[in-house]
Amino acid sequence: MKTLVNFFPDLFQAEVEETLKRIQSHKGVIGTMVVNAEGIPIRTTLDNSTTVQYAGLLHQLTMKAKSTVRDIDPQNDLTFLRIRSKKHEIMVAPDKEYLLIVIQNPCE
Amino acid sequence: MLPASSKMPHKQPPPPRKQSISMGRGARKRDEDSGTEVGEGTDEWVQSKATVKPPDQLDLTDAELKEEFTRILTANNPHAPQNIVRYSFKEGTYKLIGFVDQLAVHFTQVGNLIPKDSDEGRRQHYRDELAASSQESAKVVISETEILEEEEEPKEVEAGSQTDVPIVEASEKMAEEELMTPKQPKERKLTNKFNFSERASQTFNNPLRDRECQMEPPPRTNFSATANQWEIYDAYMEELEKQEKTKEKEKTKTPVAKKMGKMAMRKMTSMESQSDDITKVTQAAKIVERMVNQNTYDDVAQDFKYYEDAADEYRDQEGTLLPLWKFQNDKAKRLAVTALCWNPKYNDLFAVGHGSYDFMKQSRGMLLLYSMKNPSFPEYIFSSESGIMCLDMHVDHPYLVVVGHYDGNVAIYNLKKPHSQPSFRSSAKSGKHTDPVWQVRWQKDDMDHNLNFFSVSSDGRIVSWTLVKSELVHTDVIKLKVEGSTTEGLEGLQIHTVGCGTAFDFHREIDYLFLVGTEEGKIYKCSKSYSSQFLDTYDAHNMAVDAVSWNPYHTKVFMSCSSDWTVKIWDHTIKTPMFIYDLNSAVGDVAWAPYSSTVFAAVTTNGKTHVFDLSINKYEAICNQPVVAKKKNKLTHVQFNPIHPIIIVGDDRGHVTCLKLSPNLRKMPKEKKGQEVQKGPAVEIAKLDKLLNLLPRTMTRYNGCGRASLRRQPQTAAKTLPRRAASVRSGIRTPEG
Repeated sequence: MKTLVNFFPDLFQAEVEETLKRIQSHKGVIGTMVVNAEGIPIRTTLDNSTTVQYAGLLHQLTMKAKSTVRDIDPQNDLTFLRIRSKKHEIMVAPDKEYLLIVIQNPCE
Repeated sequence: MLPASSKMPHKQPPPPRKQSISMGRGARKRDEDSGTEVGEGTDEWVQSKATVKPPDQLDLTDAELKEEFTRILTANNPHAPQNIVRYSFKEGTYKLIGFVDQLAVHFTQVGNLIPKDSDEGRRQHYRDELAASSQESAKVVISETEILEEEEEPKEVEAGSQTDVPIVEASEKMAEEELMTPKQPKERKLTNKFNFSERASQTFNNPLRDRECQMEPPPRTNFSATANQWEIYDAYMEELEKQEKTKEKEKTKTPVAKKMGKMAMRKMTSMESQSDDITKVTQAAKIVERMVNQNTYDDVAQDFKYYEDAADEYRDQEGTLLPLWKFQNDKAKRLAVTALCWNPKYNDLFAVGHGSYDFMKQSRGMLLLYSMKNPSFPEYIFSSESGIMCLDMHVDHPYLVVVGHYDGNVAIYNLKKPHSQPSFRSSAKSGKHTDPVWQVRWQKDDMDHNLNFFSVSSDGRIVSWTLVKSELVHTDVIKLKVEGSTTEGLEGLQIHTVGCGTAFDFHREIDYLFLVGTEEGKIYKCSKSYSSQFLDTYDAHNMAVDAVSWNPYHTKVFMSCSSDWTVKIWDHTIKTPMFIYDLNSAVGDVAWAPYSSTVFAAVTTNGKTHVFDLSINKYEAICNQPVVAKKKNKLTHVQFNPIHPIIIVGDDRGHVTCLKLSPNLRKMPKEKKGQEVQKGPAVEIAKLDKLLNLLPRTMTRYNGCGRASLRRQPQTAAKTLPRRAASVRSGIRTPEG
């Protein structure tokens, strides 16, 4: 899906940065990271080992979830994936090339 | 006695007659052999010399007996017949066979020798060689010699047998063939034993060279992919897109366009390569932000979706407003909310215009678009130099937002291109207003499919703007004139005092009909086609009319509110209002509910929101609730969401609060038993009609303190304000009243 980002990438860079900053500073958010299509983290606010772990595991899970959704109906696509655990919630938003992972503690 | 006589018979020629050998002689021979042991007893034997003749013996004379017969030994087979005759079928006679086979076989034996040339012979030879080669070389030599000897022996045998052959004539029989072995080809060269000499010469061996050529192996990569249903689908979609693109390219055949296309492509690619990868995460980031917000405001979202106040059952007919989200932005902190509008297409998106109502403190303006899915940050932000006073979103093109500014300009923002600058802007040249633009409204596209909108301003002009080829062209539709305000100026010119329009609304069905509210408190009913005359005038309020609004269902009813603390409901055919409500404080805005023809909401400067339902209670509000915390916070605008049971309320601190209407506020007509619930505009119209018909000619006045008083009020004459040109043009809009 071609959005305006593809046509005016420079203009959007600041906006994306700002958005990510906002997410990070939102209430309850523990960490955010951006992972590329191969499962290699590009940007993160957590420490290296945790990031690598999250990236690898969640990448596989997202691919599997995406494959599941699309197998059932190829016109459908995965929008996002939420994993709620006892301690916090992991939210994954897949993109064509990237994966955005946010860990939030929803209830405080 | 015997020996001498016995020897005698030996010398005698043996009688040719075989049978003449008598028994005696034989006996004598025996006797002779046995020697002298016979003794005297044998006299009887010896004496019996008399020859014994067999009875059938041939009697021959002595002469015949002495006859000599010669016998010749020949090679002929004595037993072979000499006169074989065979029948010849060709000639039909018996023929004598001249040549008779003379071969007599005396002895045959099948041998076990096999010729060396035959297959079996070669195989055996080979086997022997193998067996021999496994042993030591000396033995090999020996075995070779043995072989040679063996070969020689059969040769000798051959030689021996060969001598027999010529004796027997031509045809060879099988047995002898086996004995006879033809000469085998030898391994060793047959060398001439007499003068053979070997001569060897060495040739020059060409030096062998290894020629190698090494190349780089072709680049290899491991390719692995899964072929799922969706991957196949994706591939097909890509193909489709490519095809469509090629079709489009074919359509645009101008070379200029192509150049532009190429330039754009190049720019795009270079930009893409240079830009940081992070920009591609925009979409995902947006989604995640919404998710995070949803988590944080989870309870609010749940309330919005599902909460229905159960206490409404016990509250008689009153309802409440449940506060949901609060939208605010740092940048718009100081600015009041001057306009609110829900997006017609996306029900969670609404636009907030920020500016200032204060004449003295005019600063910049902002246009923010929020989505309910993300209460913490607006989706779109636009800033402008001058405060925004009003805005409207196009129904057919929900990305077009028209705004009116305090400085009289109008601008169109295109949400598809979220730069901060508006796409189209009016200017002093293109006929901007000279006073703040209080209201703008999109109209239907004109005949040439150009976008069209109206604006009203304090300078008394109602202007129709058309977007012709990316330029705003204006047309004055009406100039508001204060009635009876013409004065004689110099040289007999008629100077009309211009009224100030502060609000307008277009009829939903009758396209040309619209209402204009003025600062003088009058409402004019106008038509787009008549530019100089009003269709009707209503003396509505004592102060400036803040808002007018047609009823969404009933074609005749409209409503107006003003800073004189009142909200009035009219039938446009009647000059006097049908309902008047006094709300104890200047009313900032009033809005009809989209789901019912009898429900409307009003906001006042004391921070309260009033919701009325005429079908339930004609005299009082069914909900009267302070919405903002601080008392100094004045509510400026209110809007109902077209789909959801929520309203948004803007105040002069720049905050927008979203409230949910409780069930009592949304009551639909009750179903009678056995009857279907009728829904639809007709029902609403009927409902309101019923109400209107019940009205006496007198007005009912509602006092905001809770006491309803029914008073007959004389028809108020048109309250004309002093015609002060200065105040008329001042453009002050103070909510304090």
